Amino acid sequence: MTRIIDRRFDSKKKSAVNRQRFMRRFKQQIRRAVSDAIQDRSIRDLDNGEQISIPSKDLSEPQFQHGRGGVWEQVFSGNDQFSSGDLINRPPAGGGGRGQGKASNEGEGEDDFVFHLSREEFLDIFFDDLALPNLIRTQLAKITDYKTQRAGFTADGTPANINIIRSMRGALGRRLALGSPFTVRLRELQKELDEVIETCGEDSSEAIALREEIARVRAKIEAIPFIDSFDLRYNNRIKVPKPTTQAVMFCVMDVSGSMDEEKKATAKRFFMLLYLFLNRTYEHIEVVFIRHHTIAKEVDEDEFFHSRESGGTVVSSALKLMHEVIMSRYARGNWNIYGAQASDGDNWDNDSPICRDLLDAQILPYCQYFAYIEITPGEPQNLWREYEKLMGAHKNFAMQRIEAPADIYPVFRELFKKTLV
Amino acid sequence: MKRAAVKKLQQLPATSEWTFEAIDAYHTEIARVAGEFGIDVYPPQIELITAEQMMDAYASVGMPVNYHHWSFGKHFLTTEKGYRRGQMGLAYEIVINSNPCIAYLMEENTLTMQALVIAHAAYGHNSFFKGNYLFRTWTNADAIVDYLIFARHYIAECEERHGEEEVELLLDSCHALMNLGVDRYKRPPKLSLAKEKLRQSERTEYLQSQVNELWRTLPLHDAKPGRALRPRFPPEPEENLLYFVEKHAPLLEPWQREIVRIVRKIAQYFFPQRQTQVMNEGWACFWHYTLLNRLYDEGLLADSFMLEFLQSHTNVVYQPAYNERWYNGINPYALGFMMWQDIRRICESPTEEDRAWFPDIAGSDWHETFDFAMKNFKDESFVAQYLSPKVIRDLRLFAILDDEHESKLKVSAIHDDRGYRRVREILSDQYNLGSREPNIQVWNVDLRGDRSLTLRHQEYRRRPLGGTIDEVMKHMARLWGFTVRLETQHEDGTVELVQETRIEKRRGHPDN
Repeated sequence: MTRIIDRRFDSKKKSAVNRQRFMRRFKQQIRRAVSDAIQDRSIRDLDNGEQISIPSKDLSEPQFQHGRGGVWEQVFSGNDQFSSGDLINRPPAGGGGRGQGKASNEGEGEDDFVFHLSREEFLDIFFDDLALPNLIRTQLAKITDYKTQRAGFTADGTPANINIIRSMRGALGRRLALGSPFTVRLRELQKELDEVIETCGEDSSEAIALREEIARVRAKIEAIPFIDSFDLRYNNRIKVPKPTTQAVMFCVMDVSGSMDEEKKATAKRFFMLLYLFLNRTYEHIEVVFIRHHTIAKEVDEDEFFHSRESGGTVVSSALKLMHEVIMSRYARGNWNIYGAQASDGDNWDNDSPICRDLLDAQILPYCQYFAYIEITPGEPQNLWREYEKLMGAHKNFAMQRIEAPADIYPVFRELFKKTLV
Repeated sequence: MKRAAVKKLQQLPATSEWTFEAIDAYHTEIARVAGEFGIDVYPPQIELITAEQMMDAYASVGMPVNYHHWSFGKHFLTTEKGYRRGQMGLAYEIVINSNPCIAYLMEENTLTMQALVIAHAAYGHNSFFKGNYLFRTWTNADAIVDYLIFARHYIAECEERHGEEEVELLLDSCHALMNLGVDRYKRPPKLSLAKEKLRQSERTEYLQSQVNELWRTLPLHDAKPGRALRPRFPPEPEENLLYFVEKHAPLLEPWQREIVRIVRKIAQYFFPQRQTQVMNEGWACFWHYTLLNRLYDEGLLADSFMLEFLQSHTNVVYQPAYNERWYNGINPYALGFMMWQDIRRICESPTEEDRAWFPDIAGSDWHETFDFAMKNFKDESFVAQYLSPKVIRDLRLFAILDDEHESKLKVSAIHDDRGYRRVREILSDQYNLGSREPNIQVWNVDLRGDRSLTLRHQEYRRRPLGGTIDEVMKHMARLWGFTVRLETQHEDGTVELVQETRIEKRRGHPDN
């Protein structure tokens, strides 16, 4: 008989496994495509997944086929002008044998294979072998906070934690269990006694013997302890480590006259990438924007990127402000602090050594990581040279030079290259 | 129509949204009319699925279950892309040649489309699966789903035991040779899950012992080295490359042979579908057209239903002309539909021309003629037998001869008295798998020497092999485990070595 079956609610994503295999198989090509895409597109698109295209020839499934050449005689439809025996010029090669199998078999202008990566897949590939340096170490070291939580009951503990209901329930059960043979016996004796009294009278020797027996059994029942240390139950609480899932990211940028819009855009991408990555690692992230020229100021994001100042540059002002903010808001141990500084390297000459000292003593000790990028096409500036001296002493400090937007992605990988713990 | 007047009251629902009740009502009526026409079908099983599930089914070559492989993921992505962009043509239906015959209806379709698909798939294709000799010979509708389940489990087990990667490489190689993994003439034994499982272990052991016998390295003292006299192995060329690999490849493990076998069996299952596209689609179109028109004549269908139905129908059976932008060869739906309609016309109201061309069917009972034609032909022979001058004229078919050695193309035949037979012949040959795909067979194995395998390609009308030969040859070499050669035998009898793929390490990857 005919059946009409509703399968719409059956398991979905039947092809998910096949999709994963496809992704794994063409990982190299997909990675390359992702990397290209990132260079060409605005970073904001990261949130939307990505359209990926791979050359079709890389993923063709080969078969034995006829190639072009030889004799082909084929039927077409819609004759409007030909008579038998007409000779026609060959259509240009690109036109490909006029439809029908032949052309598609090995057409030169093969399209790329285009498909859509979901945001998750895209980011997975994007961050593939990136991990913040020392991340694992950080997490291990950072387990300073514990929270206690209930975990059932135990048989030992401190008196303050005694669970009365559980303990009494256990005691009652134990008393019932241990007493039951005697209770049965007692009931039997009582019955016997009643019979004896009826037949032989109150004071017969049997009745007296039975009464003594009953007293003995009663004594035994009463001897069962009302509560025993064995019955005690304690509320159990265990400590579980509370992972630190919050981070604060400091974006420090030079907005003096020498930083033009292009450089700011480059810096912005760098900050965004860092933010995205932290976003994957931490549940909660705060971002502090500090911009500076000769004096530093904490601002909101919009102002950070869009308003323009002019004048000289004193980098240390920003670092001092960063230190103050850390001290006032994020000094307690449960914040992971990340710093990212972007500048074109211009600084007031005497200020650079001060910056180095500030970083060395007041900032790096608190930071998980501090990255400095210098956006300049030319020679390294004095700040770079001062910062270079920090490199050996601090493992959580990194610096890179960027020339064009296209350099960001490789630099980013370089900065956050997976480090062995 | 007396009946129409009576039934008029119970017109079927004409909304565009479908409901289960409505589908059921339509199905009941379609089944009734189909019964009146005497269509013999497997019991249909209609399943409603979402678009995503439809794409899943598309990706795994239309089967409800299949093993995992990246290529199915690729097909899924392709389908998904087409669908999202709205390019998907006839994603309305998938029908599985199984018993009961499973027909998928897609949730997004309107009620009209669902009715169309029921008539098309659950009665049209279904009866073709049940009746046509190719399907009867090559596929076993009762067992296919079970067999696929067996295959899926087996391959998953192999992946667990031997690693996904290894299995994947093997499957890649098998897929590359899938089209050459079919028996064209021998009849395959019946498949059955229980039997298959039972016999599988015996078979693997037995096979291994046979292979070992073949590859004995002990010298045979009485063998006289005489090149000319040395018999070829196999004595007759073997057309089924995967079969040959399964039975004779020296280095494959038993589980690998079993996987080769699974791919071969599935290829065999799809073999009839590749040979009956025109007939099968035409048959299904003919029946959805005929069944729904009958219902309309009875007064059961609303005009709005018919308009929507006819629009879809004409889209499907449209044949663009050669010089239109969307021309993509002969549309099998169009050709098939026209031919079946034409056969009915020849039976019911033959002209003089028809009597001359088809003396045995002109004026006969069309039901019987249909039954005979559907059961006993494939595209190639169907076109050769039934393509009438009228259809050739209607489609204005013409043939073009493209000879590499000539500077111009030649119109070799058109729809005129001199050309009918020629056009028919050429079109028939176009559907002949033997000429559509290169003919490559196992020619020889150097049993006493380096164990190399030689394939021979019989050239057809001077057509060379296409661009991916070396890739396919690498796959062949991976399966065979030793050097593989490909020769072409030209039409004048000379033999030319086309490709030699060496393999260095045992079980290593070919380095060409």
